[in-house]
Amino acid sequence: MGSVAVALSASTASLLFAGDAPVVGRSITDNRLIWPSWDVVVRTLSLHSYNTFIVVLGTTLLGIAAGIVGTFTYLRKRAMVSDALSHATLPGIACMFLILGDKNLIGLLSGAVITGILGVLVVLGLRHVSRLKEDAAIGIVLSVFFGAGMVLVTFAQQVKTGDPSGLNRFIYGKPAGMIRLDAALICIAAAAVIIGVVLLFKEFRIVCFDQQFAATQGWPVNLIDVLMMGLLVLTTVVGLQAVGLILVVALLIIPAAAARFWTDGLLKMTLLSGLFGALSGYLGSTISALFARLPTGPVIVVCAGVLFFISMFFAPRRGVIASLIRKHRLRRRIAFQNLLRDLTELEEAVGRGARVPLPALLAKRRWVGVDLRRALAQAVDQGMTTSDEQQQVRLTRSGRAEGLRVLRNHRLWEMYLISHADIAPSHVDRDADLIEHLLPPDLVRELEEALEQQARIPPSPHVKGALP
Amino acid sequence: MKQTISTDAPMNHQAADHDAAAPVSIHDMTVAYHHKPVLWDIDFSAVEGRLTAIIGPNGAGKSTLVKACLGLVPLASGSVRFLGEPYKKRRRLVGYVPQRESIDWDFPASALDVVTMGRYGHLPWCVPPGRKHKNIAMHALEQVGMAEYAKRQISKLSGGQQQRVFLARALAQDAQIYFMDEPLAGVDAATESAIIALLNDLKAKGRTILVVHHDLQTVKEYFDEVMLLNMRIVASGPTSEVFTHDNLRKTYGGKLTILVQAAEALARSGQ
Repeated sequence: MGSVAVALSASTASLLFAGDAPVVGRSITDNRLIWPSWDVVVRTLSLHSYNTFIVVLGTTLLGIAAGIVGTFTYLRKRAMVSDALSHATLPGIACMFLILGDKNLIGLLSGAVITGILGVLVVLGLRHVSRLKEDAAIGIVLSVFFGAGMVLVTFAQQVKTGDPSGLNRFIYGKPAGMIRLDAALICIAAAAVIIGVVLLFKEFRIVCFDQQFAATQGWPVNLIDVLMMGLLVLTTVVGLQAVGLILVVALLIIPAAAARFWTDGLLKMTLLSGLFGALSGYLGSTISALFARLPTGPVIVVCAGVLFFISMFFAPRRGVIASLIRKHRLRRRIAFQNLLRDLTELEEAVGRGARVPLPALLAKRRWVGVDLRRALAQAVDQGMTTSDEQQQVRLTRSGRAEGLRVLRNHRLWEMYLISHADIAPSHVDRDADLIEHLLPPDLVRELEEALEQQARIPPSPHVKGALP
Repeated sequence: MKQTISTDAPMNHQAADHDAAAPVSIHDMTVAYHHKPVLWDIDFSAVEGRLTAIIGPNGAGKSTLVKACLGLVPLASGSVRFLGEPYKKRRRLVGYVPQRESIDWDFPASALDVVTMGRYGHLPWCVPPGRKHKNIAMHALEQVGMAEYAKRQISKLSGGQQQRVFLARALAQDAQIYFMDEPLAGVDAATESAIIALLNDLKAKGRTILVVHHDLQTVKEYFDEVMLLNMRIVASGPTSEVFTHDNLRKTYGGKLTILVQAAEALARSGQ
């Protein structure tokens, strides 16, 4: 919880620093969005300008690397550790700035690596020596390291000459300032991630899935974790300038979480997550290149967020809409089967071919009006019932056959609950109603065997004298 | 090379105390969690080609015993030998079925993916499982009657089917000695009889199997040997001799007040 609060407050602050391209000839208080001219659109999309090319290439490659590494951090349930890691890079950057000055990028990033790793080790150490839970340990490390980093940054800016806000680019990200060296570093990191994951796919998979089983087979779980963490550190550190240490965690978590909605296979998930990361990086940097005042890092993260919500809602099977549709279909099926069962039971009482008026149906169970209307329409559509002018419903031959099948399942299940699960006959109807619509054929066969009721329809347990 | 936790306590062990011919031999094993002993002075030798039940009340240390044998939990003292050698030299001979609840079944993997992981111990670093290993995994799935579910995502399997997948993974390990932690917990009747048939099959092939078991009613029917455990071994040996009312009362009845109090005193002093 604490970590979220810190991240939020810090990202609010980031808006103040966000403008990364200088806008000539406009007032500093003027912050309207500037719509790009056609010329700018063409030049940007065709990567005409060298600077745009570097930025788009760098952020896209970063997205690939973060998406792939993120898959395994996500599955290892270490997503929040990466947030602590990225925040813990700041004191290292500030220290190296004090020692080496602003110009030495490699020096600054090695400082980031050192304190980043230190932060992760402190998280692990806190859990080991105290009884602190992981979320609290992460919250402490994240905020203390970030706070210390901010103190050092302020100090460094007072002591050192040179670009006074130069260090802010690591906090909030400033991809427009990316140079060839930055893009080259991201390129190396992405290559390392891809090679590492290709080589260690099997090892990462078994440690993420079942670390104890992996250990019994002799896999050194700690070493594999360290290798995974190494790729994570590498990706985070080269990503600092592109999206900033506050938001880099988003690129590590969101593409993986989005990819999970689309597939149940680890390889597909990894590839998809890399693709989503790349898309976020590409779209984000292109959009922010088109609109001069839009900060790149946040736009990249928003793009990732949009991909996530699209995945969450529209993914087949695991998506929210797909599961709503499934629930809706089940509800319709239940209403339909209940209608046929009720009609069959009424026929059983009154006689074959009986015309059933609507009030009689409504009296059978607590119908929701919509469900009954829909079920009636569906039954007529499928030729299972006919309906006359007085809205009296009558089963056809096929409707009766289906109704008998449903009724039989219902009674079988009731009998089973009474005889094998000791449920009182007065309660059994309600319990039977929910499950009987889902009984697969092989289970029905098992029920028949258990009850030795072949093909016959058992009598209702609710009718007096029906049970011994 | 791949060793993470030593199965030997740092100080003592004498190979001479072990029965070198026994598939599993535990000598003087004591295990503690956070300075609190959960297993005291365990001495035990498994009988080759037999089906052994490990039974005892909740918190008796059944799972801990299994994990300690496999090097997942460090020993406070004592040692374990597999055919006279420590675990790290024999791990290819040992298969493991953990408790079903120990993993997240929503992991993106199919039943076949999980069973194939049983082959990873036979593969070197960086080498993916090839066709040969996938065939072995597929055969293991067939043996537990799950071949038709090979491609299914594991969260879409029933509890009994998930348990069979775990069992198939252990079969794919192609081991001589099996440790199984509650393979019959929460499974349907069909799965239970399928698993028992499979265990008898393994036994007929001369495999040694140790099973953490919870259902006292089926012990006599299913198992040749039994270990009654409650922080220490109350009794162990052939089921017909050891599985008696008297021993069960000793295992399940009453608290082991002195042991428990001693353990808690140790735990306090360690903090």
